[in-house]
Amino acid sequence: METAVTKTGTEDKIWGGGNQPLKVSYGKMMMWFFILSDALTFSGFLAAYGFSRFKFIDSWPIADEVFNHFPFLHGVDAPMYYVALMTFILIFSSVTMVLAVDAGHQMKQKKVILYMFLTIIGGAIFVGSQAWEWKNFIKGEYGAIETRGGQILQFVDADGHRVKLEDIAIVDHHSDRAQHESKNGIWYDKEATLPTYTIAEIKAGFTKRKDIVLRTQILTDKGEKTILSREESLKRLNKDAIGIVEGANLVHNEYGTPLFANFFFFITGFHGFHVFSGVIINIIIFINVILGTYERRKNYEMVEKVGLYWHFVDLVWVFVFTFFYLV
Amino acid sequence: MAHDTAHHESNTKLIWKVFFILSVITIVEVFLGIIKPAFLVDTTFISMKLLNWIFIILTIWKAYYITWSFMHMEGETKGLRRSVVWTGIFLVSYLIFILLTEGDYIYEVFKAGHKSWDF
Repeated sequence: METAVTKTGTEDKIWGGGNQPLKVSYGKMMMWFFILSDALTFSGFLAAYGFSRFKFIDSWPIADEVFNHFPFLHGVDAPMYYVALMTFILIFSSVTMVLAVDAGHQMKQKKVILYMFLTIIGGAIFVGSQAWEWKNFIKGEYGAIETRGGQILQFVDADGHRVKLEDIAIVDHHSDRAQHESKNGIWYDKEATLPTYTIAEIKAGFTKRKDIVLRTQILTDKGEKTILSREESLKRLNKDAIGIVEGANLVHNEYGTPLFANFFFFITGFHGFHVFSGVIINIIIFINVILGTYERRKNYEMVEKVGLYWHFVDLVWVFVFTFFYLV
Repeated sequence: MAHDTAHHESNTKLIWKVFFILSVITIVEVFLGIIKPAFLVDTTFISMKLLNWIFIILTIWKAYYITWSFMHMEGETKGLRRSVVWTGIFLVSYLIFILLTEGDYIYEVFKAGHKSWDF
């Protein structure tokens, strides 16, 4: 405490300056108020997400259909298992953090080192998992059609299973549509990456495949996407469809409204950035623990402070998990 | 610091207990999210599915354990506890209330308006 907090020598006088009405050190109190303000920031984002979701309450993408990948299980529909695993990893790293704080109270340097190490590893695994989740989301799986009004139409077979674009398209090998890059066209202009197939190829394939129909964004009473009849599908495809969407970015999203992608990238990105900075801060404190800084200080309060931040990151994830994946 | 400089006994047992509780709550959430029981999905309460209410309540329960046990909020003074928790809860509830009400209103406008959005 002596080196962490300046004593004024007037601790016994109420208005003397050194008084601690909340019975915590300045650093810890300010960590709490930082966490409060950060919590309000996250709440602002999540409430804005809720706003957009209520705005499109009958057409929001279904999370189970979006996040259904699991490492090494290609093509297996595994909704939520991976994100549940991520949640466990983060909760467990919170546990090791609180064990490190506990060991710090008892001045057990070796134990603090071990538990902080485990916490850092857990955090790193979590950030990696989030990157993998982003990769899958950006890459997409099935592809979809976008209409003039920006609506998404997806292909499903008779059983309601999604069908990939590559299984539908009849590739026209005579077409020679080239990617416009700044080096081969107008030098100051370039276009976005061309999709693998053209809308004409998809239309040609769809006309042949009589077993496939379209699915709109609109949710039925049961909370499932509306499936159009074969006639309606053909009509929508020929009349409204203007483009192909593969995967998701900030402008197009094969799973539904682009707002879903925007909020997903922004909120999980902001949270991931918090985890990342938490790992960095943990590493700094970890090095200090190894160097014996807190042994000499006879106080492990710094571990407690970064612990507060780390638990907060876990706390936010609990809410992000609920509102993005469960609700 | 008053709570931890005075005594040094280990809270390890309590920590593992809280971890167990948090794990069980998460497993229940994931389980419900995968099977989606029909009666919970069909029943609505204050214009939200009962299942979603369950998820939100379980989440707040988890948040309580993380804050109170892991962040050691239970050991802080009443003043610190209230200035952090009450401020947060008040502002967040207010924000959620106004934004969700407004979002629902815009949904109604989109639906009842003369413009078609699905083309």
